[in-house]
Amino acid sequence: MKVSEKWLREWIDTPLALDAIADKLTMSGCEVEARDPVATAFTNIVVGHVVEREKHPDADKLSVCKVDNGRGEILQIVCGASNVRAGIKVPLALIGAVLPLPDGADLKIKKGKLRGVESFGMLCSSTELGMSDKSDGLLELPDDAPVGMDIREYLKLDDEVIELAITANRGDCMSMIGVARETSLVMDVPLNVPEIPEQTAQHTDTFPVALQATDACPRYVGRIIRNINPQAATPVWMQEKLRRAGVRSISATVDVTNYVLLELGQPMHAFDLDTLQGGIVVRYANAGETLKLLDGQTATLRNDTLVIADAAQPVAMAGIMGGEPTSVTYATRNVFLESAHFRPANIMGKARSYGLQTDSSARFERGVDPDMPVKAMERATQLIVSICGGEVGTLVDTLADASVLQRKAILLRPERIRRVLGVTMDAATVEGVLARLSCTFTSNDAGWQVQAPLARFDLNIEEDLIEELARVRGYDSIPAELRPRAPRITQPSETAVRRETLRHTLVARGYQEAVTFSFVDPKMEQILAPATDSIALANPISADLGVMRSTLWSGLLRAVTYNVNRQQSRVRLFEIGPAFAQSEDGKPVQKNMLSGVLTGNLYPEQWGQVNRPVDFYDLKGDVETLLEQVTGTRFHFAPVAHAALHPGQSAQIMTDTAVVGWMGMLHPQLEENLGLGQPVYLFELDMSVLMQRTLPKYQAISKFPAIHRDLALLVREDTLAVALENAVKKAAIPQLISYYLFDIYAGKGIPDGQKSVALSLILQDFSRTLEDAEINRIIDAVVASLQKDVGAVLR
Amino acid sequence: MQSLLELMGEAHEQISQAVSLAALDQVRVQYLGKTGLLTEQLKQLGKLPHEERKTAGAEINTAKQALTIAIEDRKQSLQAEALSARLQAEKVDVTLPGRRMDTGSLHPVTQTIQRISEIFAQLGFSLAEGPEIEDDFHNFTALNIPESHPARAMHDTFYMDSGLLLRTHTSSVQVRHMENNPPPLRIISPGRVYRCDSDMTHSPMFHQVEGLMVDEDVTFADLKGILEAFFKAFFEVDELPTRFRATFFPFTEPSAETDIQCVHCGGDGCRVCKGTGWLEVMGCGMVHPNVLKNVGIDSEKYTGFAFGFGVERLAMLRYQINDLRVMFDNDVRFLKQFS
Repeated sequence: MKVSEKWLREWIDTPLALDAIADKLTMSGCEVEARDPVATAFTNIVVGHVVEREKHPDADKLSVCKVDNGRGEILQIVCGASNVRAGIKVPLALIGAVLPLPDGADLKIKKGKLRGVESFGMLCSSTELGMSDKSDGLLELPDDAPVGMDIREYLKLDDEVIELAITANRGDCMSMIGVARETSLVMDVPLNVPEIPEQTAQHTDTFPVALQATDACPRYVGRIIRNINPQAATPVWMQEKLRRAGVRSISATVDVTNYVLLELGQPMHAFDLDTLQGGIVVRYANAGETLKLLDGQTATLRNDTLVIADAAQPVAMAGIMGGEPTSVTYATRNVFLESAHFRPANIMGKARSYGLQTDSSARFERGVDPDMPVKAMERATQLIVSICGGEVGTLVDTLADASVLQRKAILLRPERIRRVLGVTMDAATVEGVLARLSCTFTSNDAGWQVQAPLARFDLNIEEDLIEELARVRGYDSIPAELRPRAPRITQPSETAVRRETLRHTLVARGYQEAVTFSFVDPKMEQILAPATDSIALANPISADLGVMRSTLWSGLLRAVTYNVNRQQSRVRLFEIGPAFAQSEDGKPVQKNMLSGVLTGNLYPEQWGQVNRPVDFYDLKGDVETLLEQVTGTRFHFAPVAHAALHPGQSAQIMTDTAVVGWMGMLHPQLEENLGLGQPVYLFELDMSVLMQRTLPKYQAISKFPAIHRDLALLVREDTLAVALENAVKKAAIPQLISYYLFDIYAGKGIPDGQKSVALSLILQDFSRTLEDAEINRIIDAVVASLQKDVGAVLR
Repeated sequence: MQSLLELMGEAHEQISQAVSLAALDQVRVQYLGKTGLLTEQLKQLGKLPHEERKTAGAEINTAKQALTIAIEDRKQSLQAEALSARLQAEKVDVTLPGRRMDTGSLHPVTQTIQRISEIFAQLGFSLAEGPEIEDDFHNFTALNIPESHPARAMHDTFYMDSGLLLRTHTSSVQVRHMENNPPPLRIISPGRVYRCDSDMTHSPMFHQVEGLMVDEDVTFADLKGILEAFFKAFFEVDELPTRFRATFFPFTEPSAETDIQCVHCGGDGCRVCKGTGWLEVMGCGMVHPNVLKNVGIDSEKYTGFAFGFGVERLAMLRYQINDLRVMFDNDVRFLKQFS
């Protein structure tokens, strides 16, 4: 809502500067978003009268004019504007005038010569005066503009426009009267709204009005004005007020209805009476009825849409926009004016559902004072008659539901004020604010029974009034309290794996945490998770962010590509975040995932270490380190293919009972498609399986020495490490406390199709030092088990 | 046979010329070994007349002792030289960087959420979570934002064909938490939220922290007190002026926007605060009775406050990040700055 300071001050009586007013409005809920002067700080520009205009002898686009400066001089001025002609009045910058330019410099008007013709000043457009961003030609002033008068004074340009952000609950502030009331309320200064005189009817012609949808339209005020002058010009004061509110001047009648909307907040509509048939019917549309709107579009109406119709067809979308065929034109002589009340619930969202947003709908869906239609009608009548003439008809006020003029009483209790705000307010303070709010109230033992003013659709419950008390007095008046409260001792779970632990594990291993979007490219999603029923957005921000990710890999790969393309070839990223999919019954399922990606060299560039590109086992080491945090769960890695991974370097990660995730090398084809040019390794773990660990439990440590024995075995080349491990386990030897694989070799000296593996076994007993014979028996048993299960042979 | 004197002279000469422990040991063997020259002299004692034997024996023993000491001295000096040479040889350039695997870092959004959580934990607030794909009820209706209310236009919502939506704020968690837990309640809920808006200063996905406190005696004064304490703790300052401006949210009444004094210019006015000296950082208010009603909490018995704010906004202020979009590019040169 754009508010001219001058206009506001017509109704608000305060010597305080605009700074103070703006600050108070901001603090009390109408935030001042911007402040702009209505014109630049130019000087020495007066109303000039072009008395003669001739073509420039040497330039096609220039005119040589004789301009009366109103000070007894006729000045010769060369002008390039296309609309310059004899007889018009325009702003005239005299010699010595200074015009600030948008770039901060000043334009100083001096005597000049254009193509050999002397010029003693400049004729100005509205842009040159800083009144608009663009203009086509000179600013033409009304014929009665007094020649020689300072243009600042004539157009009252010493004014500022403040732009208020009106919140969705304050439809009442979307008008000058509302802003003036609000200013008066929060600044505690008098409000001087001029009385609107009742207009005397000069004839008794009326147009029939039938309210069928009384729930939506409880009140409709109409009036006929005959024989107006449709060509009458809108007075400059009104044009200027409209301009400062951001409304374009169209024609006198339309300007008046727009002006009343701005001034009183009551949207009105002017019909060309001669285009209406029969009478007005306010009803819901029949589905499929069409209406050509003022903006040129034709709307096909639904039956939830309230319309103003005549006997034949809808003529306006009620409270939203009028119809084109029945609108006033420059030929309209007889006008039917509408000033109605529509209930917010019936207008809410309707404009938007037709792709419309109008000044009228914005007000009606927030609530317009139901007591305003008559006043607005009188005001509009007064203005139309004063500008366009015409004969005023009888005002017809059809009030189908008088309850619209009643407010429900709200009980306001002092104790509730204290409980909500934390401060007590004495009766005088409360009643003072209620009075300033124009509430009517009575006090009783419980507190006050309050009726809010009709314009305030936001005041419905006790808390609404409490908010008024707080904001009118200022939130500053409520102290900030930090009170001691009962301590809340929780029992922190030590068996919960904290997300922070997992994060820090990866950070310690050189991973940067990434945050990527939850919506991804559907093509990528299809490639990475072809089997998943992913969830599409109906209104994505762009096509490449069209589906909810079922894996975090798409975002991480996008980030890898981003970095690799910027010479960052060594990248380790991880992300913890949600992934989404659809269950079989179509319900969304959200799972938290921990995913990571690594590519490039193992180490950062340095002098003392032989570097190499990362491989599968670097990835696996990182994954295993993560899984080690989840004590008490056994994890398995199985060679299972994944659509996005290299078929020979892809592992499914499982517990004894569930699939935890995947890891492996990005499929080389995909790597090529993404233009990465280097191998990329990925993992993804389902966080829900990682969240529980066991509490550490002390185990005694043997006092006897541990014995190491190494075995070199020949096995088939395709024997998995896990098969060796299982065979060793199967020997079930209590003294075998640990074993590990420390070498794998195939090639020279090893038969084709076989490989040599070296196992280290560590033996220890709790009660004694193991002796050679015993050790040999154990080793034999292990070898026997390996031989039986995987055909291993001692080398 | 050489005289003992001569022999000793040569021995001392050889000891002093031995430049290694091995050479020195050879000298020892040459004189003191089983067939060493001095040992041989001792063996010759038997040939001497009886009266000379004692004196000669004593002389040889004295010489032997002297030689042993000389060798030991020489040995120590050679050892010291060797150690000194080794220390010299093993000298490193301590200014060369160490051999290392680098460490990573947490995203500034995560670090900011952790910091916020820590501060609120001191005030007794625990963490709550909720789904990001929400239904209309939990994101809007339960929060007193009815269908087609103009307030919905404040949220540019992402929808699915099913009618479900991406939560536009973490306030939905507030609703779910109240549905499932009786008061008293003290929670914060950090998480991702989504708005169909993308430009220099808007990201279609960002993070919010929602806070909620419901008890029999929670007031607007408490809300102010807790938020002021939070901001001071967050920015690590003892004084940080705040101001609460009236505003409208459907789910709180009274409602407020919270401004803090600009942490960049100290309130003098700068580019960050657009010259106002204030930064708008949070929306808050007393939980609307309709919201309590919608989740079955008696609004006569209980009152509460709620607040919500953008994590990126605070992270940008704290770390002086001037471009929202770098938060989601995941450029490692950006991420590494937060280790």
